[in-house]
Amino acid sequence: MPSPLPPRERPLSPHLQVYQLYRKIAPLLSILHRLTGVALYVLGTLFVIAWLGAAAYGPGAFATVQWVFATPLGYLVLFGWTVVLFYHLANGVRHLTWDSGRCVTNEGVRSTGITMLAMVLGLTVAAWAVGLMMVA
Amino acid sequence: MKTGTGMRSALGRARGLGAAGGAAHHWTSQRFSAVALVPLGLWFVFGAVIGNLGADQEAIRAWMASPLNATLMILFVVSAFQHGALGLQVVLEDYVHGAAAKNVAVMANKMFAAAGALFCVVCVLTLALGG
Repeated sequence: MPSPLPPRERPLSPHLQVYQLYRKIAPLLSILHRLTGVALYVLGTLFVIAWLGAAAYGPGAFATVQWVFATPLGYLVLFGWTVVLFYHLANGVRHLTWDSGRCVTNEGVRSTGITMLAMVLGLTVAAWAVGLMMVA
Repeated sequence: MKTGTGMRSALGRARGLGAAGGAAHHWTSQRFSAVALVPLGLWFVFGAVIGNLGADQEAIRAWMASPLNATLMILFVVSAFQHGALGLQVVLEDYVHGAAAKNVAVMANKMFAAAGALFCVVCVLTLALGG
């Protein structure tokens, strides 16, 4: 009777850890698009509902919501909200660019990624510069 | 490819059995709402939110009474909820594996989007038209 074959190292199916997201920016930017999208839809819409709802319910409710947003924690949440929204918006434009058949190369992925991050930074700075000037 | 018996083609038998057949529509709807949300999203942040910083409810009511503002706000919330519902549906279909759980999650997602969008539209109309 032949002896059984020696055990052999089988290839492992890909797992999130093998992609080394901390070293390669493209997959990190990709999964962030999904995460920011879900955050905007599940949490971001709640702010819009609270804002519009409070305004529709009357001066008292609206003043309460305005007061909450004006606290330091409110500012922090709003800041995160703008970054997340501008990320999804700018990276969405990047996706639409790919959908049109443009920049679908390794170099294109890299360069559009940098352009997109610059757009996020620019839009966030612009929004907060204008916004803080408005309330000052 | 011919398998089994009967006169129907493999394609004819497969039609309607697998995916709902709405993938192309889902895809185009997601892109269409995405394109709409680029200007609408920028308008929402810079026009609606930043433009109304520190405003009281009376000022918001006056602002929403402008037909253009009310129209843009309704377009924004409807596009946003539609786009979000389409996007989260794909995420749920990717990560929720049980058939029953997946169907319930996708259904709840659609209900959330419909209810959220309707509530926002009613709020806008209340502000714009309510005395």
